[in-house]
Amino acid sequence: MSSETTDNGLSDGEFSVAKPKQNNILGDKIFRFALTVCAAIILLIVLAMIAVMAQSSWLSLKEFGFGFLVGQVWDPVKGEFGALPFIYGTMVSAILALLIATPISIGVAVFLVEQAPKSLARPMAFLVELLAAIPSVVYGLWAIFVLAPILRVYVQPFLQKTLGFLPFFQGTATGIGMLTGGIILAIMITPIITAVVRDILEAVPVTQREASLALGATKWETTKIVLANASSGIAGAIVLGLGRAIGETMAITMIIGNRPQISASLFDPAYTIASVIANEFTEATGDLYLSALVEMGLILFLVTFIVNGLAKLLILSVARRTA
Amino acid sequence: MIMTTLTAACAFGVVAVLLLVLSYIAYQGITSLTFQFLIETPKPVGEGGGIGNAIVGSLILLGLASLVGIPFGIAVGTYLAEMGDGWFGTIVRFVADTMIGIPSIVFGVFVYALVVLQQGYFSTLAGCVALALIMIPIVTRTTEEMIRLVPKSMREGALALGAPQWRVTKDIVIPAAMTGIATGAMLSVARVLGETAPLLFTAFGSRFYNIYLDEPMASLTVQIYNYAISPFEEWHDKAWAATLVLVTLILLINIIVRFITRKKY
Amino acid sequence: MSKISVSNLNFFYGKAQALHDISLDIPEREVIAFVGPSGCGKSTFLRTLNRMNDTIPSARVEGQVLIDGKNIYEANTDVASLRRKVGMVFQKSNPFPKSIFENVAYGVRINGIHKDKADLNVRVEKALHDAALLDEVKDRMNTSAFGLSGGQQQRLCIARALAVQPEVILMDEPASALDPIATQKIEELVVELKKQYTIVIVTHNMQQAARVSDRTAFFMLGKLVEVNPTQKMFTNPDEKLTEDYVTGRFG
Repeated sequence: MSSETTDNGLSDGEFSVAKPKQNNILGDKIFRFALTVCAAIILLIVLAMIAVMAQSSWLSLKEFGFGFLVGQVWDPVKGEFGALPFIYGTMVSAILALLIATPISIGVAVFLVEQAPKSLARPMAFLVELLAAIPSVVYGLWAIFVLAPILRVYVQPFLQKTLGFLPFFQGTATGIGMLTGGIILAIMITPIITAVVRDILEAVPVTQREASLALGATKWETTKIVLANASSGIAGAIVLGLGRAIGETMAITMIIGNRPQISASLFDPAYTIASVIANEFTEATGDLYLSALVEMGLILFLVTFIVNGLAKLLILSVARRTA
Repeated sequence: MIMTTLTAACAFGVVAVLLLVLSYIAYQGITSLTFQFLIETPKPVGEGGGIGNAIVGSLILLGLASLVGIPFGIAVGTYLAEMGDGWFGTIVRFVADTMIGIPSIVFGVFVYALVVLQQGYFSTLAGCVALALIMIPIVTRTTEEMIRLVPKSMREGALALGAPQWRVTKDIVIPAAMTGIATGAMLSVARVLGETAPLLFTAFGSRFYNIYLDEPMASLTVQIYNYAISPFEEWHDKAWAATLVLVTLILLINIIVRFITRKKY
Repeated sequence: MSKISVSNLNFFYGKAQALHDISLDIPEREVIAFVGPSGCGKSTFLRTLNRMNDTIPSARVEGQVLIDGKNIYEANTDVASLRRKVGMVFQKSNPFPKSIFENVAYGVRINGIHKDKADLNVRVEKALHDAALLDEVKDRMNTSAFGLSGGQQQRLCIARALAVQPEVILMDEPASALDPIATQKIEELVVELKKQYTIVIVTHNMQQAARVSDRTAFFMLGKLVEVNPTQKMFTNPDEKLTEDYVTGRFG
């Protein structure tokens, strides 16, 4: 062995071996450069999305300006395009979804993390996650043929009988409209909110739980403390759900009725930003019409980007505290 | 006690919804699911027809999108894990994370303006670009997480042998994280397999078998959509049968991934 | 000339100074043990000898470390080939997620040491033999390294280090995670390897230092308190502090 140390190319005072030393340093530089370029491309893609969509919607931006956001008329024939009914439909359906999904999701997460035995929690958590794996178009199909008839025949008449004095529950019960849309969105965002809340609850150190239990708090009181401490993370989870609900396209397009109107009744059909893009993009005749639809896409992009960024910051703030 | 009952009701209720949806798909889908249906192209009402071209189309769209999206996502994820601790890495990580939440239809609009408008026609290529853009941030995220799980000691072991940084990453770190990276890639495939919105005005859809990049391409999801919103009962049955095929594929991928990761932990 | 010659070495983690003005000469084919209470800087010092601290972004080094007369902290040093010459074995065995054979062959391959496949086989076998592991693994060279016991994994890591033909081997508490029998095997190995290599071994185990090393260096609070022949160190040290430590009055 000692005789071999001389034929390996090393001499005193030299660290270079069979290959020239440049090789290693150059290899590292090329590798670093290549990966950095890939990372930079991600940023370029997002910038390109903004630039390309802004350019393609230029006609509409110029023609309507801020008026686009508050215009109530959407008339492709007359060339009049206002986005307010769609913004309304998007926001109301998303908020409806959150009102339904938030308590349920927190309930599911609390059950899975704090209450259910491990042997039950694991398979159940997987099944809840699977809910997120089902494609939007499948939820739409199911909503048309299962959910909507149930609502039309049972739920909506019941709501009308009991709460019919409220403006939300007046009008004709068709099963197609805002309420059905909100419910299907709620089903779709429940696994997302649940997953984030679960992560947050699981990150709470055992010591914190034990400290509370040791003070004589019941298990449920302890859970409440844990939830209160994680409130900004839970807010993040809800905002994340909001982002998802705003952008959902296929299911809501198939069930919300696609009529651009602002109506107090949740039984009435409505329209969302994503839906109008999905429905009218391929048949948009005329540059202004297409331009207005692309502007809808740009709005959707900017809103979800901000909402998701906000959600991430909120969730991070909890992660940082528990870390 | 009351609270436990309530939370349990939430949990079992949500699982019940899943089982309801799945069982209804199985019940409705199985009646029209024949071998003919799996290989034929769509036909006018009353003449049968199937989803053969849509299955092939989905596979082609998915395959090509994966070819670009998965390696690219792995590259960015590797960057973030191995050298992404500076300000630039922080920005890229934030943008990639936020990109995951951008509605898929927005990618459709973007690709329409970028590719379809320039070329003047709907194409397989445009569909692939849209799907790849959706995959990239998902793969990026899981790759970074998985690479960060590789113990530092393993890197140091390779560095101590005189391996340059790039060889350590390529030979030791990425192979050590490979199972996790592969499952992340599979989940991203499952996700875009179910995407409809970004294909509506990129790949568009087609009634024929097609293998060309510059022609419209059918896909399972768009075909389901078209069958579903038609007024014909016969087509609704076809929508359910096609859904059964699609959901089976997606659930299979998810269950396989679950099985692989279970063994590891 | 000394194999390793350290003079006036200071080491910082950010603003915190971890090593103070250390000077030490290590001749060729010596086994020198670094001892001291945990946190005394002995591992940090060990890792300055193959620039392993480079992986820590905030780390900073002052002073010089000469190996064969050349300062390894010079700007144009090829760190990779330095590390090839100064091998390292870690506290916790860290085999790669590869087969036993590939674990040992990896360093040979990346450094392009072997002439052909047959030569590679010879080198891998020799390294495993020198690490006293060959007999135990020769029938399962292509199985995963994770299937080995803790002691075997550590010897595999030693074989891996030997295969690239280093001249110096740094060992960072190589037996601290092992049972007594596996520890004894590692110690026997160190004595055997001394015939060919310069070995620097960090240990918290006084008996181990006494059993394997020619000289012992005692560190405390980032300072080198005393370095002397091991025999003298344990019977008649120069410093009161050393005596207190080796007799177990603190630590």
